[in-house]
Amino acid sequence: MITRQDVEHVARLARLHLSDDEKERMRVQLDAILAYIDKLTALDIEGVEPTSHAVPLLNVMRDDEPAPSMPQGDALANAPDRAGEFFRVPRIIED
Amino acid sequence: MPTALTALTIHELTERYRRGDVKPSDVADAYLSRIERLDGDVGAYLAVTHDRARAAARAADERYRAGRPLGPLDGAPVSIKDVFCTRGVPTTCGSKILEGFVPPYDATVVARLEAAGAVMLGKTNMDEFAMGSSTEHSAYKLTRNPWDLSRVPGGSSGGSAAAVAGELGLAALGTDTGGSIRQPGAFCGVVGLKPTYGRVSRYGVIAFASSLDHPGPLTRDVRDCALVLRAIAGVDPHDATSVDEPVPDYAALLDQGVRGLRLGVPREYFAEGLDPEIERAVRAAIERLRDLGATLEDVSLPTTDYGLAVYYIVAPAEASSNLARYDGVKYGLRAPGGKDLIDMESRTRAAGFGAEVKRRIMLGTYALSAGYYDAYYGRAQKVRTLVKRDFEAAFARVDLLLAPTTPSVAFKHGEKEDPLAMYLNDVYTVGGDLAGLPAISVRCGFSSNGLPIGLQIIGRPFDEARVLRTAYSYEQATDWLARRPELA
Repeated sequence: MITRQDVEHVARLARLHLSDDEKERMRVQLDAILAYIDKLTALDIEGVEPTSHAVPLLNVMRDDEPAPSMPQGDALANAPDRAGEFFRVPRIIED
Repeated sequence: MPTALTALTIHELTERYRRGDVKPSDVADAYLSRIERLDGDVGAYLAVTHDRARAAARAADERYRAGRPLGPLDGAPVSIKDVFCTRGVPTTCGSKILEGFVPPYDATVVARLEAAGAVMLGKTNMDEFAMGSSTEHSAYKLTRNPWDLSRVPGGSSGGSAAAVAGELGLAALGTDTGGSIRQPGAFCGVVGLKPTYGRVSRYGVIAFASSLDHPGPLTRDVRDCALVLRAIAGVDPHDATSVDEPVPDYAALLDQGVRGLRLGVPREYFAEGLDPEIERAVRAAIERLRDLGATLEDVSLPTTDYGLAVYYIVAPAEASSNLARYDGVKYGLRAPGGKDLIDMESRTRAAGFGAEVKRRIMLGTYALSAGYYDAYYGRAQKVRTLVKRDFEAAFARVDLLLAPTTPSVAFKHGEKEDPLAMYLNDVYTVGGDLAGLPAISVRCGFSSNGLPIGLQIIGRPFDEARVLRTAYSYEQATDWLARRPELA
């Protein structure tokens, strides 16, 4: 059973401001979805290895050779706010 | 009356290009004017790239005139789902949070199509971040099914499917994470192929669920599908999960027929909840393939019923991580008034994401959070192993599996308000995503109210050639493609 406190905690982790209406709707909907997902507890998974990718993946290596990368101007071009060569964000550290 | 240019397939068009009967510019213009006339009703496109299309078409004209076309896609119009980054062309992924974003590079598949001479017509509508089965979760517009404008085209690649079905596009790219190529393919009566995981590069595809995202083609017929797949498939140094397997000439292998192939019919895919009209059409298609020389076998995929539950943990979990990048710093929206960094991020994400995306971020974050990880994400990953083993056991006995693509035909706009009801659309498609298998949807009939029905053919990993050739044999033996939707 998902509580209002659960919703608020997860919204904080997910960096989402939710209105009171949204919190209540989210609580009801997540509860219904998780109730459906609970059917997974009917299966015996003792000793089963988890699958993270359908195709088994090993480390993919390449030679460590320098090559051109994206120009800085391109990387900054979509920034909502910038200062010179930097992305600008609201103050993080208190005075 | 001569056949309209927009009624022709890629292989029919390029043959005419080579003969000099018609040139790529004529075809690009025919599509652009048809889009102008009819896309107001359908809503397939978020952006139409007139200038880029006309320039590419003129370059193709020149190559044909000089007798040096680039190959079987030269001068073929293509429509690109807005999940693919296109250099210099705004890419929104159907979300307000990416409004105004102009990618600094092309997705590998887009670059490969353009290098093969394809002419990009525009970017197609989709459910926001590819999360949905109706394209109703787009932050921008509604897309209508060309067979019945009061109905959805499916999703999330609904704009791509509607464009191909409505002759507003000829071939399109989509992505399939839980069914998002095959389901709209079925709803719009076009061919939709989800290739094997790793067969096609994900570089430049805006990430939803990285272990499940599969780019692939939507086309008018199977031969076109084979041609587009060959152009986009293959290992890519920019995607470490792409696999270095040879890419066969799929189109050249289509004529081999189905004689001797063992086709499995999974009983769990014909269970409760399947529309009887769909069951009849799919069973008739299966009989048709037997008449063509294949042998049929009943098989069982016992964990089928758990696939959706696995999917709705794994996909939101991966999405909650992937979508953490939308923080109002590097690109896209930034909401005003944030008093510090976290407040700014939280306001931006609240303003930029739609309800379905928020729901999945919340679900995924919850499933990964301390105390719940093992109960949800850990368990889902283990059941994913069981789903995969079911398919492996079936493919030890048969070459391909045959099933419906969807439990129902296209539904009406607004009909599925409940999130869980919407999720149930993917019941026959998620298994292929979880196991990373190649799977196609082809038209196999119509409901009594005139809506297309899809037959799904699922193959072993990297066995797209057999999937395509079986779909082709069926398509050649039937005349379902003769029927076309009528727009205005």
